[in-house]
Amino acid sequence: MIHVIAFYLFAVMTIGSGAITILSRNPVHSVLWLILAFFNAAGLMILVGAEFIAMLLVIVYVGAVAVLFLFVVMMLDIDFAELRAGFVKNFPFGMLIAVVLLAEMVLGIGAYKAGALQLGTPDGTAAQPLGTSNIEAIGALLYSRYLFLFEAAGIILLVAMIGAIVLTHRQRGDTRGQKISKQIARRPDEATVNVKPEVGKGVSL
Amino acid sequence: MTSFFQTLGMSYEWAWFVSTICGILLIALPLLLGVAMIIYADRKIWAAMALRRGPNVVGPFGLLQSFADGLKVFLQETIIPSAANKGIFLLAPIVTFTVALMAWAVIPFNSGAILADINVGLLYVLAISSLGVYGTVMAGWASNSKYPFFSAMRASAQMISYEVSIGFILICVVLWAGTFNLNDIVKAQDGHVLGLFNGFGFNPLLFPMAVMFLISGMAETQRAPFDLTEAESELVAGYQTEYSSMAFAAYWLGEYANVLLMCALNATLFWGGWLPPLDIPVLYLVPGFIWFLLKVLFFFFVFSWVKATVPRYRYDQLMRLGWKVFLPTSLLFVVLVSGYLMATGHFA
Repeated sequence: MIHVIAFYLFAVMTIGSGAITILSRNPVHSVLWLILAFFNAAGLMILVGAEFIAMLLVIVYVGAVAVLFLFVVMMLDIDFAELRAGFVKNFPFGMLIAVVLLAEMVLGIGAYKAGALQLGTPDGTAAQPLGTSNIEAIGALLYSRYLFLFEAAGIILLVAMIGAIVLTHRQRGDTRGQKISKQIARRPDEATVNVKPEVGKGVSL
Repeated sequence: MTSFFQTLGMSYEWAWFVSTICGILLIALPLLLGVAMIIYADRKIWAAMALRRGPNVVGPFGLLQSFADGLKVFLQETIIPSAANKGIFLLAPIVTFTVALMAWAVIPFNSGAILADINVGLLYVLAISSLGVYGTVMAGWASNSKYPFFSAMRASAQMISYEVSIGFILICVVLWAGTFNLNDIVKAQDGHVLGLFNGFGFNPLLFPMAVMFLISGMAETQRAPFDLTEAESELVAGYQTEYSSMAFAAYWLGEYANVLLMCALNATLFWGGWLPPLDIPVLYLVPGFIWFLLKVLFFFFVFSWVKATVPRYRYDQLMRLGWKVFLPTSLLFVVLVSGYLMATGHFA
């Protein structure tokens, strides 16, 4: 009973907030509705028993990715007329992507229903490996069967991160950076001197 | 509690529902009362450190000061700036306040006295605490004013930075405890060091992590010396600048509930939660709840002590501490802890 109510609540909220994300005129509102969609998707994950994925969804997407989205969107000065002018030009490409996504989803669900993938049971409930929790099951699979793929993904991300830093980092000769160790090592008696200058002579620095 | 409601003739589902609602009220109401008292305690501690008297007029020893303040803001008019984005402006304090209460669901107050005994408890805490930043960011944007906006920018950068190192620190704890369930993490600390000390913090390998967690917690909750989001000399009152009345009060309550949560997490993850500090049978005569409360209050005292004595960081110093000091150190300790555990055959 409560399961059913919760499912329909989360499902309706996910789809509704997803729709408003697209329809909303204000980009900041869009991001906030997107966050609500993420959050409700996490709720759906919990209902099928995938609590680890749900928590990761909230930590990674809501906690980090969406904050950066919001950060960028809030600071952008978006010209709505310009955005709408590009609509007709980009429409065929957008449709193409939509069709590809739809085909992928149909294929995926088809393969899942046919039982070709060893993911879970085709009736929609995730198959819980007996006697292990969610985290243990994922860990055992990731660090044994998919170890190479997992570490390769990690290395690709590391390379991408270093690449981004190298590309955007520029060394400027005219900036004076702080030397923290020098600042910490400074003591009051070496930072100040007591002088008695003659009247009208001033002090040398 | 579910079985109690079942004996009243309810079906299991309804009994669970009603008992969960009761559990939420049992945590939230004392927590709000506790927050009111802890604001008073905070002010008294600062006053004592500055050789002042602090609040001493309303009620005996000024004990009712927070309630008087609450009544005052309740009777004030809510002013919404005309250029503000009204919906988000009003939603922001609600988000902060709600999120601050939500994370308490997985905190164990005593052996098994926990609202949601889930096996991803620690991840839940991380997930919920990462939501806290939205209250600040939404307020900053919706106020349509420069200072709140600067404050929101600062808050989001600061919280993301420190969440990274907090994640690594928690990994060390999870590696040693072997579970994400907070109740089991407390149990794993029973007689952890030499069979005498209850708490990961007494372990020389994890003590630096405990200290770093305390400092990161201050940065995460934007307490002094990391309260750059509310630096009054630069940003008026930060993201709260345009707020008045109950919306302002919601920020205050949420902020202090978050600080208490950080204190509770410190106590639970590193100092044995509801276990007594020493594994001596006599100490178990004191109820676990009392030990938990004492530890939380001790850490709260540390938080206000720091606020009263340490000057505010500069923003570049804050970022340097997070990224150049805490992140490498916590990463190093993940390697050290996992290496030690593998070498001693902890996982075998």
